[in-house]
Amino acid sequence: MLLNGNHAVSYAVKLARPNVIPVYPITPQTPILERITEFQADGEMHAEIMTMESEHSAMAAAITASLTGVRVFTATASQGLLLMHEMLHYAAGARAPIVMFNVNRTLGSPWGFWPDQTDSLAQRDTGWIQYYCENGQESHDTTLQAFRVAEQVMLPVMVMHEAFYVSHSLEAIDIATQEQVDRYLPPFDPPHRLDPEIGESWGNTVSQVMFNNHRHDMDDAMNRTVAIARQADRELKELVGRGYGVIEQYRCEDARFLIATMGSMAGTARDAVDELRSEGLPVGLLKVKLFRPFPLDDVREAVTGIPKIMVLDRNFAPGTGGFLFQELKSALYGMESAPEIHGYLAGVGGTNISPADIKKMVTCAMAEKPSANSVWKG
Amino acid sequence: MGYQIAEENVFSSGHSACPGCSEALAIRFILNTLGPDTIAVVPPSCIAIISGPQPLSSMRIPVYQTTLEASAASAAGIKRALVSKGNDHTTVVAIAGDGGTYDIGFQALSSAAERQEDIIYICLDNEGYMNTGSQKSSATPSMAYTTSTPAGKLTPKKNIAEIMAAHNIPYMATATTGYPDDLARKVAKAKSIRGGVRFIVVLAPCLDGWGIPDKFGPRTSRLAVESGVFPLYEVENGDTYTLNYGPKGVPVAEYTSIQKRYRHLTPANVTCLQEEVDRNWGRLQAKCFGGRGK
Repeated sequence: MLLNGNHAVSYAVKLARPNVIPVYPITPQTPILERITEFQADGEMHAEIMTMESEHSAMAAAITASLTGVRVFTATASQGLLLMHEMLHYAAGARAPIVMFNVNRTLGSPWGFWPDQTDSLAQRDTGWIQYYCENGQESHDTTLQAFRVAEQVMLPVMVMHEAFYVSHSLEAIDIATQEQVDRYLPPFDPPHRLDPEIGESWGNTVSQVMFNNHRHDMDDAMNRTVAIARQADRELKELVGRGYGVIEQYRCEDARFLIATMGSMAGTARDAVDELRSEGLPVGLLKVKLFRPFPLDDVREAVTGIPKIMVLDRNFAPGTGGFLFQELKSALYGMESAPEIHGYLAGVGGTNISPADIKKMVTCAMAEKPSANSVWKG
Repeated sequence: MGYQIAEENVFSSGHSACPGCSEALAIRFILNTLGPDTIAVVPPSCIAIISGPQPLSSMRIPVYQTTLEASAASAAGIKRALVSKGNDHTTVVAIAGDGGTYDIGFQALSSAAERQEDIIYICLDNEGYMNTGSQKSSATPSMAYTTSTPAGKLTPKKNIAEIMAAHNIPYMATATTGYPDDLARKVAKAKSIRGGVRFIVVLAPCLDGWGIPDKFGPRTSRLAVESGVFPLYEVENGDTYTLNYGPKGVPVAEYTSIQKRYRHLTPANVTCLQEEVDRNWGRLQAKCFGGRGK
C-alpha cells in the first residue's frame, strides 16, 4: 500500500486494537491522529478517542487509562512532547505501558518544522524506552513491537521518525494482517489496576526506602528490555518477514571504519556506504535503533576490532554536542582497544545531508585525529 | 435542609488531617455518599495528605494521585478506560483543592466539561494554597492575608461556580461543611446524573490558613453562607438556578471578625467588602429570579 510514514503508523495502531487514544494535534504528527479518527468514523476502529486540550492532559489521561488496565496509544511531536515532560516521568514511574509515537521536529525558539531528533533525545532520562526508525515500514513494524515490549516490561515506549523526510514521504508499505497482529499482541489484562474490586491505589507519598526500591525496580525492568526487544523483533519477523534488530550492521564485514547514526540519516548513510565500498573503502554502517535502554553489549560487539567510528547526529545539546556521540563515548569507555570516535553534527535543524556530503566527512575523519567535542559539519 | 444523610463506610478515622479540619469533614460526606464502587483522583494537596501515605490509606477505594494540573484529565482517562471495558457503573471522582482547580488545573477541567466527560469533580475550596503554607490562589478573596499577599489581596475571588455553570454542564453546585446534609444531598445528586461533568465547589474553612480556632470550622462555614459571602445554590444545564439558602441576614463583619486573615481590615475596608458581597448577591438574585429560586 502506498502510504506516508505517519499513515503507516496509524495502520499499526488500528491493528494493535488500543482501547483509549487521548490525542492533541501538532505538526507534523497530525496525520497519524487524523487517519485514526477516520478509521474510527468509518467503523474500522472502536477506541475511546479523547480530543484533549493539551499534550499534558493527553499524557495525563493516557497514564490513568493505562493504569485502569487497557491498551493506550497517543502521538505527538516537538513542543508537544516537551509539554508532556512532567507526565513522561509520571508515566514511567507508574509503570504504565503506553505506546506513543513522536515525530521528531525542531524545538523553538525560533520556530521551525524541520527534522531534528533533539525533542525526544532530551527525554532520554524520563524512563521511556526509545526507538528511532529509518522509514515508514520500520515505523509500522516498530509500533507493533512497541506494544509487545511495553506490556512485557511494564514501561512506556516512544517510537520516533523524523518530520517530513519520513512522516510525509510516500512509500510502498506492507501492512501486517489483523490475524498476524492478534497472534503477536495478546489482549492486555494486567493483574494490578485501578479497580474497586481490587482496591489498589497508585501515586501517593512513599518513604525514601520505598522510592529507592521503586527506582531500582525500574532499572531492573530497563535491564531486561534489550533482550525482550530482540525477542519481539525476532518474533515479528517470524510472522511478517521483517526484522531490524536493536541495532543494525550494514556492510560491516571486514570494515575498518563505521558510520554510526539513527533514524532517516541511516538511509542516506547506506547509499554513502555503497558508493565507498564500490570505491574499495572498507566502510560500514552501524544504525542504532533502540536508544533507551542503550544496547551496550550489542554496540560493543559491533565495534570490536574497528579502528574508527564517525557519528552523525541530527540533534544537538548545547554544551555537550550530539547525543549519539555522547552515548557511544560513554558506551566504549574502558573497552580494550576501543575505536577512535569522531562526532559530527550533521543535519541539525533539518539541513539536507547528501550521500556525497557523508563521503566527504568520511574522507575527513579518516585523515584526522578526532576532537573530544562534536564538530559542526552542516 | 432536611436531607437524610446515608453514609457508607468508605472514609476511615485515623487519617492525618489537623484536628477540626473542614476538608476531612467534606471528604467524609463525599466518599461515604459516593460509596465503595468509586475511584478517586487526587492531586497534591491536603486531600492527598489525608488520603495517604502509602501503604496506608484512609479511603477504602482505589485512589490515584496525579499531578497538580491534571486532575480532570486523569479522572477522564480512568472513566474512558472503564467504559471501553464495558463498566458502566463505577463512579469516577476528582477531589482537588482551589489551587488545583481555579488556577493550574483549570485548563484540564474546562476541557473535560466541554468534552462532557462522565466524571464528578469536587473542589475543596479553602481559598488559598494552604498545604504549602497559605499562599494566595485565585480563590483567595479580596483583602485576605496570605503569606504571598501579606498586605491583603488586592483583587476579588474568581467566580468558579459561574464559570463552570457557563460550560452548560448538567450540574453545578456550591456547598460547604457547615451544612453537611446539603453537601451530601448534592453529592448524591451529582452521582445520580449520568454523563457530563458534575461540579461541586465546597467551601472548606482552613483553621490554620484562615486563623480560626480548632472548633470554629463549621461556625465559619455557616457565617460564610448567612452573610452571603458564599451563597449555596445549584445550576442545572447552565440555566436552571436554585438558591438553597436566603435571604442573607448577617453583616460581613461578623464573618471576617473571627478570622485572623482579616484582622488588618479597617472599618472602611469592611464596608468595601460588604459592598462587594451585596453586589455579588444582587447578581445571583437576578439569575435565580425566573428560575426555580426561592
